Amino acid sequence: MPDSPSPRPLVELEDARLRFGVVKALDGATLHVRPGECLGLVGHNGAGKSTVVNILNGALPPDEGVLRRDGQTVHRNDINDARAHGTRCVFQELSLCPNLTVIENTRIVHRDLGGFGWRKRARQIIEDSLNRIFPGHHIDSQATVGSLSIAQRQMVEIAMAFSESSTRPRLVILDEPTSSLDATLAGQMLAQVRRFVQAGGSVILISHILHEILSTADRIIVMKDGRVSVERPAGDFTTQSLFEAMGSVAPEEGVTQQARNLSQAPVVLKVPHPTVPFTARRGELVGLTGLSGHGQSEMLIDLFRQHSGNWLPHRNPTVAFVAGDRRLNGIFHLWSILENFAIAALGDLTRRGFVDDAAVRERGAAWQRRIEIRTQDMNQPILSLSGGNQQKVLFARALGTRAPVVLMDDPMRGVDVGTKQEVYRIIREEAAAGRTFIWYSTEMEEVCLCDRVYVFREGAIVAELAGSEVNENNILAASFEGEAA
Amino acid sequence: MSLRIPVDTIRLAVPVLALSALLIAVFWLQPRAMSYLGLNLLFNLAVPIALATVAQMFILAVNDLDLSMGAFVSFAACVTATVLHSSPLLGALILAAAVAVYAAMGAIIHLRNLPSIVVTLGMSFVWTGIAVLLLPAPGGAAPAWVRSLMTAKPPLVPMAIVASVVIALVTHLILMRTSLGVLIRAVGGNQQSVARAGWSPLLAKAAAYALAGTFAVLAGIALVGLTTSADANIALRYTLLSIAGVILGGGEFVGGRVSPVGAVIGALTLALAGSFLSFLRISPDWQIGAQGAILVIVLALRLFLNKLERQERGG
Repeated sequence: MPDSPSPRPLVELEDARLRFGVVKALDGATLHVRPGECLGLVGHNGAGKSTVVNILNGALPPDEGVLRRDGQTVHRNDINDARAHGTRCVFQELSLCPNLTVIENTRIVHRDLGGFGWRKRARQIIEDSLNRIFPGHHIDSQATVGSLSIAQRQMVEIAMAFSESSTRPRLVILDEPTSSLDATLAGQMLAQVRRFVQAGGSVILISHILHEILSTADRIIVMKDGRVSVERPAGDFTTQSLFEAMGSVAPEEGVTQQARNLSQAPVVLKVPHPTVPFTARRGELVGLTGLSGHGQSEMLIDLFRQHSGNWLPHRNPTVAFVAGDRRLNGIFHLWSILENFAIAALGDLTRRGFVDDAAVRERGAAWQRRIEIRTQDMNQPILSLSGGNQQKVLFARALGTRAPVVLMDDPMRGVDVGTKQEVYRIIREEAAAGRTFIWYSTEMEEVCLCDRVYVFREGAIVAELAGSEVNENNILAASFEGEAA
Repeated sequence: MSLRIPVDTIRLAVPVLALSALLIAVFWLQPRAMSYLGLNLLFNLAVPIALATVAQMFILAVNDLDLSMGAFVSFAACVTATVLHSSPLLGALILAAAVAVYAAMGAIIHLRNLPSIVVTLGMSFVWTGIAVLLLPAPGGAAPAWVRSLMTAKPPLVPMAIVASVVIALVTHLILMRTSLGVLIRAVGGNQQSVARAGWSPLLAKAAAYALAGTFAVLAGIALVGLTTSADANIALRYTLLSIAGVILGGGEFVGGRVSPVGAVIGALTLALAGSFLSFLRISPDWQIGAQGAILVIVLALRLFLNKLERQERGG
């Protein structure tokens, strides 16, 4: 198929360049999307994918280069023109209004819905789309988005992008659309992408989950340093070659944790429970898994609450927390990288009530080297870092404390493959040194790194898997056990 | 699946409970208040407060705060008692221009990314200044139509109640049902997504400020209709009262979460607090303290109910 003579590209970007201050976000990117094609876009965080998205959807004008829609050169890049042309976007960070209902959000997205009775029309549009893409979704379109789980919000956002009002979507850009979805929902979404493409639509799919890209995209573009470095039909790639093209280290075979026998190690955390009690031992990697949003995050938050001071901080906290939703409850947007890093360990970095600047700098520099935070200056604002590096700062923040237990709430969401490997390595080192990690993850690969795994369903632990039992089949079986097919 | 009370209902239930509790206490202390005349007296002064609260609500809906509310309502009252009384056309023009200034203020705050608190605090001195120029000493007179509107005696239900219901309904329609209202709340919820959908957050914010200006002008007019005269400091305490009313009614400072019906109920509750104290024969000096206490109690109750709700959901 990719070789057949193809129709005129829907959107073309030619030699686009864009700078933000000293940072070159795009350095001569050239790419196009044809109707009836799913283009996979991969690359490290900071490779320029999001910038490409922002140019295509009309939010940013490129400094240099040409943007063409249906062969027509766009002179003034404008969001409304892009939307009228049929460009729809699902962003990596959720971008609905949490205070509005699903219906009201639909009204915001579809500008032409106005006039008397818009609620009915909006409801029709979004419910049709949700039913089509995620049959049996259980989402009430009159609920405020803030009351939905992250997975449900993402479903709404995806349904919103594929929904039709008077302008039909022609190009749907999906930036990490499955990062909060479990395997079933992700599958439903990818099936929708294929249906949409078969009906003549175009999709740009950005994902760090490479098998999604390989199985869904027709053509794959690898971006690196603001440029397109490799472009090939998806069939010519394997997971291995795609890894290599991205310039990252492929995960070595057998990276899944070699079975460690920790049953003698002292228990550091314990939650009694009638059926499956929860324990975590010293130096252990404990995974929390199951379908997303089934109580894993709540468990982590409860653990944190119980083991950290509620009113007054403990002098020796037992737990540190790595947030998953870094924008919402991870970073301090206005603070520098160093301040963001040091906040959790401030108690140790204080002398006579004053912050010991030298100690903070020293410890910051040590962790910067150790975890490779890519910046010239730790005093730069945190938002100057790419998403993956921001997440590394959050890791360093938690690991830089003396807490023997680290709670992780799906922290690798939207982090690129290379960064993930580096963080896995550090987690393994820390675990070997006696730290305990309790790790909620939506990615099977990460769950399989754990020594022991608890599977959640409907707010409770339903199974415990250890050592060689930790594999995808067992986890899926436990997640769906007893549920009507 | 158990039946769950939506958070929004709880948000509204708390101020309703607070108002009912206060009302019952007042009736218990003074059964004669339970009459047409009694209710009108109790809630008469609540009408301008409710209008000012609703005005403040439009500002809070876009994550801003208006510290000039009291000064602006005083200014509007002074215009009503002087120019609007003597030459209605000119008076109407001045008030319309004031609304336009509000819209411009919203636009500037958005464009220059200024803190609304600073801008409105600055503007409060401007409004007070103009008000003093217009009416250096307390005085003026209410235009006849305003006076007759505010002292009208509709059958069965007193004017104060009718007016409050109308204010609640109209603002509910504007903010909760129309597309413009959704847009205004969307700016409070996630400005970026509004921009990404191709709307202009600038216009939405200007519209919110213009609506706030309009309702604040109405508050000034209603106030003069009740007091028959004005002075430059007549409504200064409205700034904090209006903010408290919105919060009491289930609104939040950020995130575009506001409730018009709640805001009106909040305003009525705060107005009633004053009457309650006088029935208890406590000096009106304690009024602000009492209003603060109500605010604390209601917010604590709301937190508690929210927590219950979360626990239920967590199972």
